[in-house]
Amino acid sequence: MRSSRFVPYGFAIPAKYGYSASALLLSLVCVAIIILFTGYSPLEIYQLIFIHTLNNKSRIFLALSQATPLIFTGMAFAIAYRVKIINLGGEGQLHIGGMAAAVIGAYVTGLGHVSHVFLSLAAGALAGAFVAFLIGIIKNKLGTSEVITSILFNSIIVYFTSFLCNGPLKPAGSATAQTKAVQATARLTKLVAKSQFTTAFIIAIGIAVLLYFLLNRTTLGYEMKAVGHNAVASQVQGINVSRVYLFTIMISGAIAGLCGAILVLGVNGRYVEDLSLNYGFAGLSVAALASYEPLATIVSAIVFGILKAGSFAVDRTTSIPVELVSVVQAFVVVFIAAPRMIDRLFDLVRSIFDLKKWRTKRI
Amino acid sequence: MSLVAMRNICKQFSQSIIALDGVDFSIDRGEVISLLGENGAGKTTLMKILFGMVKADQGEIFFNGEPVLIDKPLTAIRMGIYMVHQHFMLIPAMSVLENIIIGNESGTGPLLDLREARRTVVQLIREYNFDIDVDALVRNLSVGQCQRVELLKALYRRADILILDEPTAVLTPYEVTDLFRALEIFRREGKSIIIITHKLKETLHIADKISVLRNGTMVKHGIIPAETSAIELSSLMVGRSVNLDRRRPAKSIGDVCLTARNITVDHGNGNTLKDISLSVRKGEILGIAGVEGNGQSLLLKALVGLETGPGVNITVNGKKLRKSPKQFLNSGVGHIPEDRTIMGIIGEMSIKDNIILGYHRSRPFCKHGMRDEKEIDRYSRDAIEEFAIKADSGNMKAGALSGGNQQKVMLARTFSQPLHVLIVAQPTRGVDVGSVEYIHNQIIGLRDSGVAILLVSADLDEIYTLSDRISVIYEGEIVAECLPGELTKAQLGLLMTGNSLTPVETGRD
Repeated sequence: MRSSRFVPYGFAIPAKYGYSASALLLSLVCVAIIILFTGYSPLEIYQLIFIHTLNNKSRIFLALSQATPLIFTGMAFAIAYRVKIINLGGEGQLHIGGMAAAVIGAYVTGLGHVSHVFLSLAAGALAGAFVAFLIGIIKNKLGTSEVITSILFNSIIVYFTSFLCNGPLKPAGSATAQTKAVQATARLTKLVAKSQFTTAFIIAIGIAVLLYFLLNRTTLGYEMKAVGHNAVASQVQGINVSRVYLFTIMISGAIAGLCGAILVLGVNGRYVEDLSLNYGFAGLSVAALASYEPLATIVSAIVFGILKAGSFAVDRTTSIPVELVSVVQAFVVVFIAAPRMIDRLFDLVRSIFDLKKWRTKRI
Repeated sequence: MSLVAMRNICKQFSQSIIALDGVDFSIDRGEVISLLGENGAGKTTLMKILFGMVKADQGEIFFNGEPVLIDKPLTAIRMGIYMVHQHFMLIPAMSVLENIIIGNESGTGPLLDLREARRTVVQLIREYNFDIDVDALVRNLSVGQCQRVELLKALYRRADILILDEPTAVLTPYEVTDLFRALEIFRREGKSIIIITHKLKETLHIADKISVLRNGTMVKHGIIPAETSAIELSSLMVGRSVNLDRRRPAKSIGDVCLTARNITVDHGNGNTLKDISLSVRKGEILGIAGVEGNGQSLLLKALVGLETGPGVNITVNGKKLRKSPKQFLNSGVGHIPEDRTIMGIIGEMSIKDNIILGYHRSRPFCKHGMRDEKEIDRYSRDAIEEFAIKADSGNMKAGALSGGNQQKVMLARTFSQPLHVLIVAQPTRGVDVGSVEYIHNQIIGLRDSGVAILLVSADLDEIYTLSDRISVIYEGEIVAECLPGELTKAQLGLLMTGNSLTPVETGRD
């Protein structure tokens, strides 16, 4: 008879994180095989990614700053998924949020640093929430799946913001598609000189804590969990399910919008057309790896941040491109979606090495 | 020598759940054995092991005296064993014929030869006098007919040993008679039948031998019905004596509390309510008898605010309710929904969170939008104790509880709140006998405290025992109303299936 899984040596880790770790490991194994085909040694590549990145202070901060937008989009996807809403519109919400923050940051003047940053961030969050509100309303009133509408909204928004920064908001004399630079008062403070590591990271952690609090301590969070696990029973017991959906997707949109805002205020200093390096969709992998838990999202985003930072070095020194990270992300989603397969693999490994015997000996 | 013998079968699902502990079981050719036991006693698990769906941790199975390994259902089917599950394994969008031949298609190579299969099936239907059209779509069949399709599947596969899991749970009295008639023919043909059940009277009626399981051990095997009684069997099952048939009529019935006037809803596809009017008084139980799928679900929805519209007209204590489930809940209308796992319990959440569901926004559970964890813990601990829910703690996931205990969680949730009206549906479906008695007592207790109760149940015995007044629903219409003593169960059964009583004797209007 088998006891519950992933309980090594007496202290229990929730099984879901065991699956996450396994999924990550398996993804790295699969990518290693792909690397083998390119003629490089996977061991060297991974050494380059992990050891090289982590043995240098400035590269650690590079990894953390790469992780920051992923924390936001990861949380955005995770919180929506807690009510079983699949918000694939993170990308669009990010762009509209970035645009709103860029406009407020550039054209509003005469504010102090804190209030200007706050106002710009709020504009970003509101813009993201507004788009999410539309998706939610369409879902509630017409029954259209948010999976479809949120993806379609991405195109609408990206073309709209692209139009703005190519047309009306393009500064005179600029050759590239971008908006006017935001005021110095609206820039996020760098925490480490000569890096992109800004207060955005602290904001991200603050929001993760807030979400944790919302989910676990408030009545609304309780309703969200109830609706996510069983919407019918929730409705039967008097919970206004549509309202919970709407509220949750708006929180999700606001966080995605904030991501756009911190990219504008912290990284680029203005809205640029390629503001998001696919962060919106990467959020899906981040959230899945974190088992949709807000606090765990920080960890999983940092894992991907390290991969990203490391892949820059790989990109420079080998012919393997940065997109290596996207492949890992894709594998993670596949493996997370297949917990049974992971179970089987573990059974196989167990039967080969007879881990159980080994384990009981150790204890 | 027995046809099939199971020796020392052990099965453990987790450290704390021992499903079967050294069980012996055997059946002879042409024998009907009733496998009796409470929910969770291990009846279904034992039979799933015989059918190859569950692997035993220990033990042996002998077929004609030879030890055999049954590793998957296909092996069992090849040996002539077939199991009809409690939830039918049919494909609604396919025809009766297609459902029967699935997994056993005749023909040459990739080509399907339905002609031969049709001939066989039609002949089987004629032989056993099953009233079924082979070309009808399964989704248009009644529950009883679906069951006959399952039986046909077994016959088509030339099964010699039939395992039926709770076959009568969803049938009307007449359908039960039909089923037993068919089983009688099977027996005469030398087929062996194992019936998993917790209904004592049927057991005594149909079985040649009775085996009683309790907590994963075989309490007694091979009891002869003539040498036992319902009371002895129930005490063997539960470990103490229970009595479910004692009627306890209301002592004092008060003013009208719940009124529904001319409820008319039409969602098409027979999903309709036609001009339903009813009222329930304080301290009274109104039972709604009917075959499942005759509008009960819709009526329940209307009575708890899930179905609102111009045709729905509900009054509680003179106050019109029309908005949302929340309004009904806040007006003291408690609801024990019909489908526990879908509508009642959130399996992924803890017991304590399930106990406060629906009342989570009111004091003392919630202060300024924050959960008061301490109060919730205290309240749920008390409720778990008061309602005798078998759980280690309130933090245990509700989905891990047995059916009876999940039902008690719903009772704990609703009964602990101030109620005027209780809408309760299928309160003891899939619940063990010990819990049935407990739940019935709770409902009666609530009635005696002056709550107006509307009870919907597919179990006619339950309606008969609990109700102070009975209404019969058929195709979305109340076709009769009577007092429990006025009509026999057989007469109610006729009304439930759309027949009229001749001479007309439907009690009061």
